[in-house]
Amino acid sequence: MPSLIDIIPHGVPVAGHQPWPRLVVTADTWRHVARELAAGRATLFGLWGDTAAAATVHMAIVADSTGEIVVISLACPAGEFPSVGALHPPAIRLERAIHSLHGLVPIGAPDARPWLDLGFWDVQHPLGARRPAPAARQPYAFLPVQGESLHQIPVGPVHAGIIEPGHFRFTAGGETVARLEERLGYVHKGIESLMTGATIEQAARLAARASGDSTVAYGLAFARAVEAALNAEAPPRARFLRALMAELERLANHIGDIGAICNDAAFSLMHAHCGVLREQVLRAADACFGHRLMMDRIVPGGVTGDLRDSGIVLLRDLVQLIRTRFPRLVELYDNTASLQDRTAATGIVASELARQFGAAGYVGRASGRDFDARRTPGYAPYDQLDFAVPVLTAGDVNARVWIRIREVEQSLKLIERILAHLPDGPIAVAIDGGDGEGLGLAEGFRGDVLAWVRLQERSVARCHLRDPSWFQWPLLEIAVEGNIVADFPLCNKSFNCSYSGHDL
Amino acid sequence: MRRTLLDSLTRRPLTEPPPPPDEAALAELAAGVERAARRRLGRSLAIRQVDAGSCNGCELEIHALNNAFYDLERFGLRFVASPRHADVLLITGPVTRNMREALERTFNATPDPKWVVAVGQCAADGGIFAGSYAVVGGVAAVVPVDLHIAGCPPTPLQLLRGLLALLEGGSAA
Repeated sequence: MPSLIDIIPHGVPVAGHQPWPRLVVTADTWRHVARELAAGRATLFGLWGDTAAAATVHMAIVADSTGEIVVISLACPAGEFPSVGALHPPAIRLERAIHSLHGLVPIGAPDARPWLDLGFWDVQHPLGARRPAPAARQPYAFLPVQGESLHQIPVGPVHAGIIEPGHFRFTAGGETVARLEERLGYVHKGIESLMTGATIEQAARLAARASGDSTVAYGLAFARAVEAALNAEAPPRARFLRALMAELERLANHIGDIGAICNDAAFSLMHAHCGVLREQVLRAADACFGHRLMMDRIVPGGVTGDLRDSGIVLLRDLVQLIRTRFPRLVELYDNTASLQDRTAATGIVASELARQFGAAGYVGRASGRDFDARRTPGYAPYDQLDFAVPVLTAGDVNARVWIRIREVEQSLKLIERILAHLPDGPIAVAIDGGDGEGLGLAEGFRGDVLAWVRLQERSVARCHLRDPSWFQWPLLEIAVEGNIVADFPLCNKSFNCSYSGHDL
Repeated sequence: MRRTLLDSLTRRPLTEPPPPPDEAALAELAAGVERAARRRLGRSLAIRQVDAGSCNGCELEIHALNNAFYDLERFGLRFVASPRHADVLLITGPVTRNMREALERTFNATPDPKWVVAVGQCAADGGIFAGSYAVVGGVAAVVPVDLHIAGCPPTPLQLLRGLLALLEGGSAA
């Protein structure tokens, strides 16, 4: 496997970008990299605009096997750049977002419709050269569907359950879904705009609220990006406590999801029991860290509070409790044929698509993509902790449930090891200001969260957050195709993509 | 499955005693809720939750109200799928510009008498998202609010206190 740098022939390294290189490239090299992505020689990891100083687009790519990451940057003096989406579909929505937010035009893009901008803002291109929005909202054309006796079902943005808003346009022939098209952006809060010019502390609080269910992962990714930019490092004890919080977050979400998926197949018994276990994880988190979701507990430099000895006892008891209760729930899932009948062979994502889109988390791992940021590229303290990354190939709802089950088991093991090897010492270092750029990664329960930051003194000049959902939402459209409409909630819950993390 | 069900029958329930209603919330309500309307509805309220722009943290804790520890339904409070069936709109998030119209339409689709409960710091005043080009502000900037429940996100206990205050306030007013 050649190094990623080898597929970027003429790049000029930017000084002060940590820990992976950022290269300024020409339009030709940009196109060349797009072709390499399309050929499967690297995976698209992020694509975002930057109009803070000069109009630029940045693209992060990763080598799945080694975890090597490179960011390439192309200046856009004319406000345009060669479309990556024209060659590599996973880039399409990211480019539509760049166009809507920054006003930079992807030349040759296959889809010119806006993304995130639903026509309700006062301004156009809020992150670029702002201009007043037109008085009348432009109609949004959903993709055409042809065929006999097809009907459309518009769903959302306000859904039937306690769930985030988004619009789903189903076209169905009888009960069978011919096409699902998503329209997202309803919870767009302008987080990246609010971060621009914010202090590091304010920006950390915003990052922690990009997606509440992954507040630990976002806190961690942002903190690691800031620390990389400033050549700072959190002390060993802080790194272990961060991992402890991350595993508790994974545990709570996975257990909650397993129950909720079964509930969407009308098997409420699992939901009730999983709900109890989830609540016990959150109560333990509250007792140990002072917040049920552990929001704002990870900050650049370290963590805000130490774990007391009583907390260690409490967490050991929690692990013991889940070890006693969870296997019986797994057995219940495994032995209930009527439930398996709903989850097996439903909502299949082909392995090839998971690889092409660089699908993270359980969505990718249930479809054969063996990637976990904790292992590759890896970060402390996971390099000192032994754990397995479960991978399946069936790619259906059932496989996504089993990946979660196996990851719950791994997280329990990890929590025990973290508690056993928790180093002594300080829990934070002071973060002084400075100039620099950093890229931070954290493996959340849903997949890898990427944070990219440029700092000037004590404030954020530009920050981009990329949720794993960007590369999972498009696969949900494909997974649902050919399934019955009534199985959509099941498929959707098995993906459990973030609306807020995607919309920002 | 039989073993799990039998165990559940013989174990003591996990459900905890209700917390006292939130005094501050009671005071906020005292003026707003009419006795006659409350008599018609009894102690049963149907809640429609609307995420108007939240980070989804509030949704997680609202979900928790349904678990065995809090068991919201024992108070006659339950979540419904349609605003047409709702007495209460439980609204989270700063209201984004992209959700403003959807929220207004949901409010208009809810029959009278109805109450609006704004959940979380963002729903109170936009929280840390206030001032963004994409955010209108708190819920009160779009629809009239009867009760605020504070927190980021509020714990299930805080939510329960607020909702019980809604019931108590209704019958006491």
